[in-house]
Amino acid sequence: MAEKYEINQTEVWDGNYAAAHALRQAQVDVVSAYPITPSTPIVENYGNFVSNGYIDGEFVMVESEHAAMSGCVGAAAAGGRVATATSSQGFALMVEVLYQASGMRLPIVLNVVNRALASPLNVRGDHSDMYLGRDAGWINLDAFNAQEAYDMNLCAFRIGEHLDVRLPVMVHQDGFITSHTAQNINPLQDEDAYKFVGVYQPVEEMLDFSKPVTYGAQTEEDWHYEHKARQHSALMRSTRVIDEVFADFKALTGREYKRVESYMMEDAEVAVVALGTTVETLRQAAKELRKEGLKAGVIAPRCFRPFPFDQIAEVCGDAKAVCVMDRSAPGGAMGAMFNEISAAILATGKRPLVTNYIYGLGGRDFSVDEAKRIFKEQKAHADAGHITTQIQQFSGLRGPRLGFFESKRS
Amino acid sequence: MAITSVKNLKEFSTSNERFEGAHLLCPGCAHSMIVRELMNCTDDNLVIATNTGCLEVSTAVYPYTSWDTSWIHIGFENAATAASGAEAMYKARKRKGTLKDPDASVKFVAFGGDGSTYDIGFQWLSGAVERGHDFTYICLDNENYANTGGQRSSSTPIGATTSTAQAGRVSYGKKEKKKDMVAIMAAHGAPYVAQLAPNKWKIMAQGFQKALETKGPCFINTVSACTTEWKFDPKDTIHLTDLATDSLMFPVYEIINGHELNILYRPKTIVPVEEYLNAQGRYKHLFKPENKHVIEEIKKGITETWEMLQRREEARV
Repeated sequence: MAEKYEINQTEVWDGNYAAAHALRQAQVDVVSAYPITPSTPIVENYGNFVSNGYIDGEFVMVESEHAAMSGCVGAAAAGGRVATATSSQGFALMVEVLYQASGMRLPIVLNVVNRALASPLNVRGDHSDMYLGRDAGWINLDAFNAQEAYDMNLCAFRIGEHLDVRLPVMVHQDGFITSHTAQNINPLQDEDAYKFVGVYQPVEEMLDFSKPVTYGAQTEEDWHYEHKARQHSALMRSTRVIDEVFADFKALTGREYKRVESYMMEDAEVAVVALGTTVETLRQAAKELRKEGLKAGVIAPRCFRPFPFDQIAEVCGDAKAVCVMDRSAPGGAMGAMFNEISAAILATGKRPLVTNYIYGLGGRDFSVDEAKRIFKEQKAHADAGHITTQIQQFSGLRGPRLGFFESKRS
Repeated sequence: MAITSVKNLKEFSTSNERFEGAHLLCPGCAHSMIVRELMNCTDDNLVIATNTGCLEVSTAVYPYTSWDTSWIHIGFENAATAASGAEAMYKARKRKGTLKDPDASVKFVAFGGDGSTYDIGFQWLSGAVERGHDFTYICLDNENYANTGGQRSSSTPIGATTSTAQAGRVSYGKKEKKKDMVAIMAAHGAPYVAQLAPNKWKIMAQGFQKALETKGPCFINTVSACTTEWKFDPKDTIHLTDLATDSLMFPVYEIINGHELNILYRPKTIVPVEEYLNAQGRYKHLFKPENKHVIEEIKKGITETWEMLQRREEARV
């Protein structure tokens, strides 16, 4: 049996260390991993737990991230709990196997410590790795701080391994800002955490020799479509389980999570939508602006996949201007989240003025002051009754203002 | 089934039906013979990982499977890693007591063609062997990317024509020599490495058994004659493999612990390599006068390799 780890009610952990502890407490059977900045400490800390007897499972340090996810797939198909961590280029190298993991319906938990994609090479945080994997068929949960990185990991095992779901889950946290910033954290004791996560239930496992299984079969035009549709359906329907698990987690810890987190949206006139640590910056700005009389609110998809299409419009309420912020180079289009949020709002018939900011690429700082400026800009759109700037703009960029698409007024 | 008690090939080939005859491999393909032998030479439970390639696309087309055992395919390059992951999970679950049948004996095996072994999956194989997982990797070496229509691989011998290294008016086909994968895997310090051939089925089955019984990562390169891309009559697979081993194009040997080399088959009469080359369409162009030097080069290579193997066997290094 693994050694018990003495934990205080409040610990000072960074996001990486919090995630490593969550993996330890879930008593993961196999971690197959390859280090990369800024996710490396998750793997290193896990290695430390292994070396000191706090873990009974196997720790396989492979020769690349592609192999890390391949090892996870082989291990998960052999019927046990599996997790790993990566960032950026490592995530990019994994992408082929991400699709295979979800296609085989293997509930692997992957910590993605978000970092920019090269070129130019950059180790700092943005969401381009998250966006790269968004169609890979995984559940994507987003943590905005270190406490949430811990909490989301525990929830991720419960959600992914649920017999109605059986899908892999990514837990995202911002590189450095969350992963390397120590904060007060209230972890669960080992027994309580394990009890919450539960005993792993093998499904179609390769080590049950009474019932041989074939994993990774080929399907062409006769069956491929049906398989992918079922997989999508399982992902879309996982919302029920996600809500249940979040409710159980609240009952246990008092910490409440929703698939879309809204902050002061009940009467908001203007709203900004973002992911990651930016959410906390925006909340601070909104709180301060409320004192100045601006009815500002913040919307944050906790669950990036399955995308909470139905809840977005609901949360938007009667906001007159909504700005969607994408922390990923859009590559010749509007920001991806802008497109998704716009579509969700459009489907309800509401017509707020929706604009897009690209921001924070390669770890460029996003300040409370800049957040306030953006809120005020939304107020200007709302007051004018039309978009007063270009629809896509860039926040915090050096040089002349960059923007695209004018709002055409009839 | 213990190979020493086997009377004949017929008895052996039907001893343990875990690979169905119903599959989509070409008539005359040696892959199925090699796979069947591996699965027949042990009564242990098997977890088999297979790289993308002819074997994989021909044996697991939904809703059918030819595998009456645990089987997984992920991608082109990572069967060795899939086996690593499964083996790690087996160890973890055995320790924790969560296996359904903790007393069941199990062996982990990975199959790959030469494309996935010599080229695209080389790193994954190297990593898995370095980490020391207890598994056996078997390369079904047909010396080309047969599944995608016969392109060159780094296992394709010099002078063979392939769709991406074609013999033509100014080319004699592939210019480079075949990569020595057996030496590379022996250099990893793998406890058992061998090159085997299905025409020498008893030697091959014994080699498979040694690998399965050896703790740690083992690598076996098997010659798998490809009727489609080598261009010969499907009924001649074993005859052609006889020519391969008897001309010493494919010497049959093992290397134990990276240094102890044993030649496992010595032809009584060495067949001139021209007989082997002339039996296949892929070497036909070498018999034109302007390509004679290529045959000479092949012959020189065979002599050098055979000399090296014999010296190493003698010297025990």
